[in-house]
Parts: sequence; C-alpha cells; structure tokens
Amino acid sequence: MATNSYYDPSDLRKFENITEWSKELGTKFFDYYGKVFEEGALTAREKSLIALAVSHVVKCPYCIDSYTKDGLQRGITKEEMMEAVHVGAAIESGSTLVHGVQMMNKYNKLSM
Amino acid sequence: MALQSLKKRNNELADPNRQLEILSKGIFGGDELPTFAEKIKETNHFPLRPKTLEILQINLGYMCNQVCEHCHVDAGPDRKEIMTQDTMKLCLEVIKNTSANTLDLTGGAPEMNPNFRWFVKEASKLGIKDFIVRSNLTIIRANKKYYDLPQFFKKYNIHVVSSLPHWTRGKTDKQRGEGVFDKSIKALQELNAVGYGMPDSKFRLDLVYNPSGAFLPGDQVSMEKEFKKALLEDFDIHFHNLFTITNLPISRFLDYLIASENYEDYMYQLVDAYNPAAVENVMCTNTISISWDGWLYDCDFNQMLGLKVESKVKHISEYNEDLLMDRNIIISQHCYGCTAGAGSSCQGTVA
Repeated sequence: MATNSYYDPSDLRKFENITEWSKELGTKFFDYYGKVFEEGALTAREKSLIALAVSHVVKCPYCIDSYTKDGLQRGITKEEMMEAVHVGAAIESGSTLVHGVQMMNKYNKLSM
Repeated sequence: MALQSLKKRNNELADPNRQLEILSKGIFGGDELPTFAEKIKETNHFPLRPKTLEILQINLGYMCNQVCEHCHVDAGPDRKEIMTQDTMKLCLEVIKNTSANTLDLTGGAPEMNPNFRWFVKEASKLGIKDFIVRSNLTIIRANKKYYDLPQFFKKYNIHVVSSLPHWTRGKTDKQRGEGVFDKSIKALQELNAVGYGMPDSKFRLDLVYNPSGAFLPGDQVSMEKEFKKALLEDFDIHFHNLFTITNLPISRFLDYLIASENYEDYMYQLVDAYNPAAVENVMCTNTISISWDGWLYDCDFNQMLGLKVESKVKHISEYNEDLLMDRNIIISQHCYGCTAGAGSSCQGTVA
C-alpha cells in the first residue's frame, strides 16, 4: 500500500520479501546475516550492542527498532544501550574531526 | 505500577467477554492475521487435545500484596476471591487419586489465603513428587506473620518458584512496584540462608522471568546465565533455574498493550514467531487448572478468561480424570503467547 513516507514501520516484517526478486542473493544474505549473529568469539549479546551502535551510525530506523527490541529481549539495560549509541557517535564524530588534520595539512601547504 | 485491579477500577477489561471480543475482532476479524484455530489447523494440531496429565495447578485466590502491571490474574489487595477450606478439601481428594505428578499452587499470593499452611501440610502427606508454590518473594517480607515462610517451605519440601523480572532495581520496580526489588533480594537471601537455591541443594528455588514490556523473552539459557551472574556478583544470591515466560495478551497486560498502542505490533510478533514444535508441548496439554471456587480450566489463562473446560465435568466436586482428559482444549488468540518462539508455560520454554 502506498504511503506518503519513505519509511513505513510495517515494511520491516516484509524484509525477507527481497528474496522473491533475487532468490539466490537474498537467501545467501539471510544465511550470512543469521550466521553473523550467532554466538561466536563474541557473545550474541555483544553483537546485539554492536548492531545497535551501527544502526545509529547508518541511521537505519528499521535497524534501530529491531536492535532496541533485541536488546530488551536479551535483558540489556537502557544504560548499556545508550553507551553503545555513544560509541557509535564518538566514532562518527571522530571520523569527521580526524579529517581536520587533512585540512590543517592543506592549509599549511598552501600558506606561506 | 497500577494501584488497583481492573475490577476495582471498573475497567471494561475486567470483563473476560470484552477481552475475548477484542482478541477476536480487529486484526483477527478479517484476513490480516489468522486466528489461532486457523494457524494450528495448518500444522494439523486442531483440535488441541490433552496428552498425559502431569500438573494440577490450583489457584488459591486472586488476593495479592502486589499490583503488577502485567498481571494476567488482575490480582491485588482489593481482590477478595480466595479458596475456602471446603474447596481445599475437595482438592485434597483429587490430589489423592490423580495421576498427575506435580502440584502447583498459585494465586494471587497463595500465602495470603488463611488456610494456605493447613492446605500445604495436608497436601504434602499425599506423596506428590513435585510440590510447587509460586511465591512472589515480597510476601515473605510483607508482614511479620510471613517471615518464617522460608522455614515453612523447607519443612514441607516445597519447590519454590518466584518471579523476578530483572536483575536491576529499575526494571523490576517499574513492573512490580516501588521497593519490590529490594524486598525480593532480601527474600531470596533468606531462602538461600535456609538452603533454598544453593548449588546441589535438594530445596529447589527457580525464578520466573517475564518481559517488562511489549516484547518477547530472550533465550532462556542465555537469560539464566545473565541472571545468575548478576545476582551472584551483586547480592551473593544463588538459584537453580530460570523460566522465561511470555506475557499473554489478556487482563492487565492487554490493558497495557492497548493503552501504549502496542497491541497490534505485539500480536504480529506473537503470530510471526508461531512455532509448531511449541504447540506439541503447550502446557494445557498436560495441566488442569483449578480456580479458587473449584471450577476446572485448561490453563490459568483460560481461567482468567472464564473459559471453563469443554467437558461434562466442569467442577472439582464432580472431578473425573478420565472424562476430563477426553476433551478439546478451548483456544483463542491469547494462545499465540504460549506458542511463540521457544514456547512458554509456567515451567518456562517448551520447544
């Protein structure tokens, strides 16, 4: 159904439908996705918090909804969730600021 | 936390028929989501039938010292429905002859029934293998007359099953009321002190976790690890197992879902997580639930919805196990709560 918004929360549960238009790639993606989040060298809980941080950095509303709920299901506290978001924010702002060195280099090179 | 039951507040959801109406209309009234009957027909589980009877669950009354936000019983201090000694005597007769191996006392706070101790003492003579009391923990600290409950439980070798929604104060108090966490911790320490929940102890202490909001419980094994680690590190508390239980969309939890505009999303979650393997072992297939006034139900949830067993035998006074086990289990959309993900029962996951 057409909506007047680019993002519709009800689209999230249709995510797996992407497989309908490319079965091989869609299936491979979901297999990979499922494997990534399994318990491994990192716990599933740690992975959930990383996913929450990355969701914010890539500004994906579907992912934010999913991993907030996933965190709640795992008993992750709101303090832990917010710290994870700050980790994402720190890396993102750090990434902007570290380019300041490039600006300084260019400034110095061009200046007498 | 709510201060009064839905019943006391004259909330329309205190009426089971209104709840059943909500659960049958809207998203389940058209072709948006399948009804539970339609869903289990897909996997050849309709009609749902009992298997071997294992558990007699007796609700000693709806009176409780707490008014938890999610309570499916709508229990609270203002609820006066409690089992009489006469009905308890009928229950004892049934326990004597039943093939069930587990007796499960619940409420409300079952300890608030004035005949609770008498009933436990009498029932404990009847050779039940696993004798459970569902204790909300804070009752142990609610009044001096309950302070000796840990010793009382121990004396009759009661298997204590207690609720604790989280290992942090904030989340626990939000769901169950201010101060509940501290009192629960104190009660757990007192249970540990008499041997309950200690490693290798025969005095069983299990905890029940149910989500404090509109989401499903996480993996039971992982949650148990988290609970054990946190309770041991922070409070030196031991317990045996954690049961994760899904909140069913009835009574106060249904009220919460509707008021917070989470009802539809929650039902979608339950339906999407439908697991046929959980249907195989859903608790209504091995349980009979008995209400404070002696009526018989497929489970505690059906009891709260007023859905008496579909059998010629409907009351404890006419109890006949063979007749009872030959019945169809009554279902509605709330049943999706027991079949989502790893499933849910009073004994935790089922799949």
